[in-house]
Amino acid sequence: MTISGAPELNVLTRTWRDTDPTSDLDIRLTDTCLRDGSHHKRHQFTGEEVRSIIAALDEAGVPVLEVTHGDGLGGSSFNYGFSKTPEQELIKIAAETAKQAKIAFLMLPGVGVKDDILAAQGNGGSICRIATHCTEADTAEQHFRLARERGLETVGFLMMSHTQPPEVLAKQARIMVDSGCQCVYVVDSAGALILEGVSDRVAAVVAEIGHEATVGFHGHENLDLGAGNTVMAVRAGATQIDGSVRRFGAGAGNTPLDAFVGICDKLGWKTGVDFLKIIDASEDVVRPAMPEECRLDRMTMMMGYAGVYSSFLKHAGNAAERYGVSGARILAEAGKRKLIGGQEDQLIDIALLLKAAQDAE
Amino acid sequence: MSRKLTAAIVGPGNIGTDLMYKLLRSDVIEARWMIGVDPDSPGLSRARDKGLVASAEGVDWLLKQDELPDLIFEATSAYIHREYAPRYAEAGIRAVDLTPAAVGPAVIPAVNGDEHAGAGNVNMITCGGQATIPMVAAVSRATPVSYAEIVASVASLSAGPGTRQNIDEFTRTTAAGVETIGGAAQGKAIIILNPAEPPMIMRDTIFCAVGADVDRDAITASVHAMVKAVQDYVPGYRLLQEPQFDDPSDATRGATKVSVFIEVEGAGDFLPPYSGNLDIMTAAATRAGEGMARAILGGN
Repeated sequence: MTISGAPELNVLTRTWRDTDPTSDLDIRLTDTCLRDGSHHKRHQFTGEEVRSIIAALDEAGVPVLEVTHGDGLGGSSFNYGFSKTPEQELIKIAAETAKQAKIAFLMLPGVGVKDDILAAQGNGGSICRIATHCTEADTAEQHFRLARERGLETVGFLMMSHTQPPEVLAKQARIMVDSGCQCVYVVDSAGALILEGVSDRVAAVVAEIGHEATVGFHGHENLDLGAGNTVMAVRAGATQIDGSVRRFGAGAGNTPLDAFVGICDKLGWKTGVDFLKIIDASEDVVRPAMPEECRLDRMTMMMGYAGVYSSFLKHAGNAAERYGVSGARILAEAGKRKLIGGQEDQLIDIALLLKAAQDAE
Repeated sequence: MSRKLTAAIVGPGNIGTDLMYKLLRSDVIEARWMIGVDPDSPGLSRARDKGLVASAEGVDWLLKQDELPDLIFEATSAYIHREYAPRYAEAGIRAVDLTPAAVGPAVIPAVNGDEHAGAGNVNMITCGGQATIPMVAAVSRATPVSYAEIVASVASLSAGPGTRQNIDEFTRTTAAGVETIGGAAQGKAIIILNPAEPPMIMRDTIFCAVGADVDRDAITASVHAMVKAVQDYVPGYRLLQEPQFDDPSDATRGATKVSVFIEVEGAGDFLPPYSGNLDIMTAAATRAGEGMARAILGGN
C-alpha cells in the first residue's frame, strides 16, 4: 500500500474515517497559519491577507482552517500584542470565504471567556479548540460544556506536553473528554519532543480516550523535527494533525503542512489535500503575507532545547532589544524558571535582571 | 483592656484556617467560632485546639445560638454566601465575604478600605484583584489610565476547584475591579496556573496605558507609596523592578506603557508561603474586618 518501503509501519490502525464515516480521509488536517502564524506576524493580519490565504487553502482541500489571535480569543493585549484587525472580524471573513473548509478558533481559559466563544460561533466558526497547560485541563470544563451545548465541534489542546510523562497526559485527556471534548491534541508547544517522545504520549492518550474521542498532534520545528514527529504521531494513532503551510507559526514555525501533505501522499495516507495546489498556495499566497521565513536560528533552537513555549520568541526578542541583553539567554532563563504559555510578562523581568547583572560587571 | 468584636469563620478549609491564625493576632476582633459541615474536618479540630467553638452543624446552628457574632467571615462558596447573606443581615451580623458572590461592595483595603467600613457586607473580589488593583490605583492617582491589564501567575497547587471551575468569573470580576476600584477606563485580567516544582511564588504584572507626556516620576512615587500601604497588611508584597515606561508606539497603541512587576509571598500562617494569592485574600479580609470593627468600636 505504500511506495516508500517499510509498509508495516505505514498501515494505519486508526483513521479519521473511523470517526466520521461520511469522510474518506485517513487523516484530517488543520492549517494554523492564521492562528499560530499570528505570532510570527505579530498579530498584524489584515482582512485581505486572511481572505486570500483562506481562499487558497480552501481550494487546495485543507478541511480545517484555524483563525484567531495567536494567544486565542481575547489575546489582543499588552502582554501578547495587540491585533491590527479584531480577530472576530477575521473569523467572519474566513467563514464567508471558505467554501468547503470548516473554520476553527482557539481559546485559552484564563485569557478568553465564554462570551468570546459565542461571538466566534456567531461569526461562523464551527470548531472550538480549547487549550490549557497540560496539567490544568480542569480549568476548561465550563468552556467545553458550553461549546457542546451550542453544537460546536470541540478540540482540546494539552500544551507543553513535553513537560509531562504519557500517563499524566492520558489522565488530563480523560478530564477533557469527560467535559465534552471530542478530540484531544498532544501539543508540543516548545518543539522539544523527539520522535518516540511523541509516539509514547500519543499512544497513551489513545489508550485512555481512543474509544470515545480522537487524538491529534500539533508539532513545532524548533529542533527541526516537526514533520518527523508528526509521522510518529500518526503511526501511534493520531488522526487529526496540525501544521502551517510554509511553517508559518510561532518559534521556528509549525509542522510544514505543505511538506506533510507530500509525505502523506508518499506513505499512502489520504488527506484530501492537493499537493500541487498547496505548494503553489505556499509560494504564491502564504509567503507574501509572511514578514520573513520561519527559520532555525539560535533563538528558536534554544526554545526547543530549553523547552520554552514557542510564542515567547518575538517577546524575548523585543525585551532583548529594549534592554540590550541576549535574547537566547532570556529564553534559557525562561526554561529554567519553568515558565508556561501565557507568562510572556516574565520575560521583561528576566531581561531586567540580566541587564542588572550585565551593568554590575 | 479594649473591647473586641466577636467573629465567626464559616468554612474551615485552607482559607478559613489561615484566616483564623491572622484573626487570632487581631487587637479588635476576637475569633470565637469556626463553622463547618463535616465533623471530621481537620480545620474544625485545629480551631478547637486554638480555643474556638467549633461546630460541624453549619450556619443554621450558629444562627440559633443565644449569643451571635458581630462579624462573619465567609470562606465557603459564592453559592452558599448568596443563600445566607440575607440571613446574616437579618440577624444584624456584618459579613466579610471571601467568595466571589459579590453581594456587597468590593474592598481593597489599601485603596478604598475606609469607604466601606460602615457597610453590612463587603466582598474581597479575587486574589488577583487584591494583588494588582492597588497598582492600577497607584498609577491612576498620578494620571488618567485609559486601559489597564493585569497578568496574575499562581502556583497550580494554590488554585482550588472553585477557581478552576470558575476561571471566567475570576477574569471578569478582576477586570471589573480594575475599572471600578483601580480607576482604569477599561480593564482586562489574565490568569495563569503554573505547575512548576517547587511551586512558584505568586507573581503579578500590571500594564497601564497612560498619556504621552505624563510625569513618570510622579507615577513611580505613587507606586512605591502604594506598595508600602499594601505591605502594611501583606508583608510579603514586593516590587520586583522599578516601574518601566515604554514610549508611545504602534505596539502600545499610541500610549505610554507603564509596567509594574510584583511578587506576593505569603506569611506562612497556615498556607505555604508560595501561595501569596491566598495569603493576600485572608490578610485583606482581616484588614477589612478590622476596619469595620474599628468603625463600630470607635464612635457609634
